[in-house]
Amino acid sequence: MAKPQRMRLNVNGAHHTITADPDMPLLYALRNDIGLNNPHFGCGLAQCGACTVHVNGKATRSCVTPVGSVQGRKIVTLAGLGTPEKPHPLQTAYVEEEVPQCGYCINGWIMTAAEMLNKNPKLTDKQIRAGLKGLKCRCGTHYAIHQAVKRAAKAMAS
Amino acid sequence: MTKMKSPKDFAFSRRDLLRGAGALVVTALGSSAAGKSTRAKAMEFGSKVKPALMPDQMDSFIAITADGKVTAFFGKMDMGQGVDVAISQIVAEELDVKYERVTTLMGDTGFTVNQGGASGSFAIKNGGKAMRAIAAEARRVLVEEAAKRLGAKADSLDVNDGVVSVKGNPSKKVSYAEILQGKYFDHKLTWNKKWGNGLYSHGKAKPKPVKDYKVVGKSFPRSDVAGKVFGTADYVTDIKVPGMVHGRVIHPDKAGAKLKGYDAASIKHLKGVRVVHKNDFIAVVADNEWDAVQAARDLKVQWEGGAKKPFVPQKELYKHIRNAPVIKEKYAFKNGDVEKALSGAAKVLKSEYEFPFQSHASMGPACAVVDATSNPVMLWTGSQKPHYTAEGVERMLKAKAGSVRGIWVPGPGSYGRNDAGDAAMQAALLSKEVGRPVRVQGMRHEGTAWDPKAPASVHYCRGGIDSQGNVIAYEFVSKAFDRQDVRSNESKPGDTLAGQATGAKPRPRKFFSEPEDIYNIPDYRLGWQVIPPFLERNSPLRTSHLRDPIGPQIQFASEQFHDELAEAAGLDPVEYRLKYLRTQRDRDLIKAVAEKAGWQRRVGPRRDQRGKTTLTGRGIGYARRSGSQVAVIAEIEVDTRTGLIWPRKFTVSHDCGLIINPQGLTRTIHGNIGMALSRVIYEEVMFDEESVTSVDWASYPISESPDAPETIDVVLINRPDKPAMGAGEPSTRPVSGALANAFYDATGVRIRTAPLTPDRVKAALAGA
Repeated sequence: MAKPQRMRLNVNGAHHTITADPDMPLLYALRNDIGLNNPHFGCGLAQCGACTVHVNGKATRSCVTPVGSVQGRKIVTLAGLGTPEKPHPLQTAYVEEEVPQCGYCINGWIMTAAEMLNKNPKLTDKQIRAGLKGLKCRCGTHYAIHQAVKRAAKAMAS
Repeated sequence: MTKMKSPKDFAFSRRDLLRGAGALVVTALGSSAAGKSTRAKAMEFGSKVKPALMPDQMDSFIAITADGKVTAFFGKMDMGQGVDVAISQIVAEELDVKYERVTTLMGDTGFTVNQGGASGSFAIKNGGKAMRAIAAEARRVLVEEAAKRLGAKADSLDVNDGVVSVKGNPSKKVSYAEILQGKYFDHKLTWNKKWGNGLYSHGKAKPKPVKDYKVVGKSFPRSDVAGKVFGTADYVTDIKVPGMVHGRVIHPDKAGAKLKGYDAASIKHLKGVRVVHKNDFIAVVADNEWDAVQAARDLKVQWEGGAKKPFVPQKELYKHIRNAPVIKEKYAFKNGDVEKALSGAAKVLKSEYEFPFQSHASMGPACAVVDATSNPVMLWTGSQKPHYTAEGVERMLKAKAGSVRGIWVPGPGSYGRNDAGDAAMQAALLSKEVGRPVRVQGMRHEGTAWDPKAPASVHYCRGGIDSQGNVIAYEFVSKAFDRQDVRSNESKPGDTLAGQATGAKPRPRKFFSEPEDIYNIPDYRLGWQVIPPFLERNSPLRTSHLRDPIGPQIQFASEQFHDELAEAAGLDPVEYRLKYLRTQRDRDLIKAVAEKAGWQRRVGPRRDQRGKTTLTGRGIGYARRSGSQVAVIAEIEVDTRTGLIWPRKFTVSHDCGLIINPQGLTRTIHGNIGMALSRVIYEEVMFDEESVTSVDWASYPISESPDAPETIDVVLINRPDKPAMGAGEPSTRPVSGALANAFYDATGVRIRTAPLTPDRVKAALAGA
């Protein structure tokens, strides 16, 4: 365990100063120090995606990312991606398609798809299927997820 | 973030709820239509004091506040299929109020009676039935009261969105809210004296005829989606209580080992961590979650165990099941004399099928928060059965009956008796020991290696065909681990790991189940045999319910075996089912699914794909479950080089009686298909002789994005003349058999051991 340090984090556009072990995964800083519950602990091993946030626009598994390594970077969580008033097209599509069941996995799917669509809004169905590999959904909502990502891609392309 | 203050905030929350939305103060009726005598009568209706939270009280199920809002209190929960929406629809329908007025609160023992939690696809079948009868009774008593106030006969009144008026004279009216004035109904119901799934209460009212439905049968959106999509919804993992500390439990490397000691120095680099141990239970507690995680990882614990290896090598699992003693057996369905019929048959088929242990592997390991220092003791749990879990915590703490308030908050996944009940009991034990509210969350291995498993099984099938090609005999016997080695109701400490580790007695139920008696074959016998567990307590291979508890196992075998019989009898699988399924309702589903999928008639497998590397095939499966029935056709592609199966398309015909919410039902079916295909293609708990070695997603793979079907066509068969039944599990049931039948159609090779992993597929094709 490294010595606790004061660190500045930029999360969803706001600055936070926390004192913590810089080796601690970012996930615990977000959930416990900053109070953003939406990234979830699923595996702690970067195998499922439930903890995914954007770090400088890149979908990142916060459960294995040392908090000390993301100082000065732009961290965005699902709640920062969009709001009910100003939703991200993926969030709109997820609501319209009624995608989540338990919903605990949702950070991974939306944050990963958001990065994919940001890089290439004209994703093909095949690219969507393949690009979302490595994420888990135990409720088996993959079919609905694909429908929603396709819907969002269409909305973003138009 | 959810910050919980003190239990006092909850103690009177039902009253607060009523007060907050309206007024508890009874005001005199302002309506000019109401004379003095009417006013006096009005004062008699309802009560300012809440009757006891018992199933024989209307107020235990329905509240109408002074602003006209309706709350239904439902003693079950929802894991993302929209049960609350369906219940609100049922209640709105019977009360004749707009759907938007109704909110359903679930799974809180302070507001709801024990209706069994989520279990057996009973939310609509049993829970919905009770709520329908109770809401109808609420309407009846309100209309009766309105009749008095309006000086009219009850049958001369109409109700429109909670306003009772005289037919043909709509200005003569009074609303439910005006009648109740924010008070309680104080109206007795007839209760069948059962708790849990069997609970049923009703009054004198007759529910509305289906032909008059305006709300039931329409698609209303789920209530929980936006909160999940925008990251604002709370899960049980998000509950924070002042003074709360974080607990992590440590399990032995070798299953069944006893706790000998631990080396406190091994975690001296972590400040303020406390080790708590009792008998064979050991855990760490810390103010900071990350400290608790590190302490559980770093603490050196000494375990000791006997020389005997608790498990057999994995490759001997099915041999073990075959050779194990039978501790209980039952043959629920039988007719005639199977042995005699088989001995007289022109052709006899025998097949054995094997299905592995499977893990709930919930999306996140379970979490619970318990404050054993408060009064009442507070429990926040993601368990599907919060009422039973609260009872379990009560017993764990040796507390008075009714002294624990259990609040269900959506958990990190569900689908049966997963690790949620264990987390609750661990948190209870730790909170009592450290005198603080404790939040316990497992690490990944606790959700995968240490959750209760779906039982592994072997299925023995025999069938006889006469010289005319008629199937005349059928026997199906499962030999398996107990489907409830630990009870699915974690209402006793012995049902959980923490309880068993501290000496509480397990209470295995010793049962399995047989296939539903749906095929009309003259002589038959359907039954099961249960074998002892590997380890009687603290076992990572203890078994309990996983979504549709024994359905995927049995149907993997039975639906494949019926296809084997069909081929031997010279029949196409659809023809066979149309010939042998018992009822017209069964056959309607087969016809519907075959028509929708464009089923190609064929006896035996495809034989026209020689030399191809991608083989395609289609298979059918059929099952009944909890009063619902489902047919599934799977169309798959098999890559012969990689062994990978892609179930490209599913077609489902689904009959759960009267449909409450088509959109919710359709998405529920999609989810069932998604989870069920994962179980039959990928899922198998791995273990060695000492421990479960499936500890994460790498060692317990499940289906992922590329595996998802391209198309799921759903044919909903609405039966307005039949009671509404469950849908949470039935469409899981036939998937395993349908998919395996499709594999046979594609390849001509029958795989009788699940799952159909790439390795197993390659091996099967190489051996063919």
